[in-house]
Amino acid sequence: MSEHIVSKTIYFLIFGALMVLTVLTYWVALYDFGALNVVIALAVAVTKALLVVLFFMHVRYSTRLTKIVVISGFFWLALLIVLTLSDYFTRPGTSGVGGVPASRSTR
Amino acid sequence: MAEAVHTTMEHPASAHAALQHHFENMEQQREAGTLGMWIFLVTEIMFFGGMFMAYILYRSYNADAFAAASNRLNVTMGFINTIVLICSSLTMALAVYYSQVGKRKMIVVMLILTMMLGTTFLVVKAFEYYDKYEKSEIPGRLFPSRPFNWYAEEEHGKQVTQEPARDAATERNPQAVPTGQEQKPDASFASRAEMFFFIYFAMTGIHALHMVIGIGMLIVLTIMAWRDRFSPEYHSPVELGGLYWHFVDIVWIFLFPLLYLLGAHGISGGH
Repeated sequence: MSEHIVSKTIYFLIFGALMVLTVLTYWVALYDFGALNVVIALAVAVTKALLVVLFFMHVRYSTRLTKIVVISGFFWLALLIVLTLSDYFTRPGTSGVGGVPASRSTR
Repeated sequence: MAEAVHTTMEHPASAHAALQHHFENMEQQREAGTLGMWIFLVTEIMFFGGMFMAYILYRSYNADAFAAASNRLNVTMGFINTIVLICSSLTMALAVYYSQVGKRKMIVVMLILTMMLGTTFLVVKAFEYYDKYEKSEIPGRLFPSRPFNWYAEEEHGKQVTQEPARDAATERNPQAVPTGQEQKPDASFASRAEMFFFIYFAMTGIHALHMVIGIGMLIVLTIMAWRDRFSPEYHSPVELGGLYWHFVDIVWIFLFPLLYLLGAHGISGGH
């Protein structure tokens, strides 16, 4: 398996998409979608990150071993976030959402 | 890769000068390098992941203070920096491309462009930090006398009490106060907003440190490229440097909306 050379055209296309998505990030932030604000912001950011990882970082053309390492990396990040939140958000007590010390004043 | 197993430590004289003795051939060496770099980047994901986790938790408990504090950041500068970083990712990707096709001068040009864009990012960031310094919006004990309670500050001359602070806040920016919870600017507001700035400086600071290291790496790569050390057969350093640079770009792709745009809909009047 020899090295895959990504063409300049693809790089410029991805660059254009990233620019559009950056403007989109800013534009959607001006509107209030309530609880969906975070979801939309993250969806756009994840899309951008995927484009960078797959094309700029060549993961799409990498060996399976590399792909597994990349996927497991993000999988462990997901574990970190999901398990931590499942702890904090199910704690009984303060303010209906859990018991994290919100600030110094509550310590 | 699966051909004859070498029994000696030496490669034949025909092998590429950059081929290390513990690899069979250039392709195996290159793939091993890419894998190793990605394993390093996975540790970086974990490293930044811890800080993102802190951000998520504190934000979910302090939505009002975080939105208000986020509005104190300069969105224009953050936006410009996002554009600058994406441009630098393009030039870095092109540097990798030119190293693959073996165009020495273009590699050097692209690496220098990448460095210039990276430096631009850091200069803008420095102006942002200085602005925060001028406004005393540095968390911790540097400015112990200035609370992070901008609502109270507007009540100039009066004593900082809870009542006027709350009124000023709701008048000025009703969107910043989410419904359903007890979230109204209260006595703890300042320290909760300060927490945003702790996280802001930690995350952007570590990110900027990565940029500085990245620029150092680019200097080395540029010198190597200038000395014609890369060829279509051997250009792993450029490729791996590119992986690092793009990773730092990805971190910023998340930092920009999460830090700068939290309360943007509140500023624009709320739609």
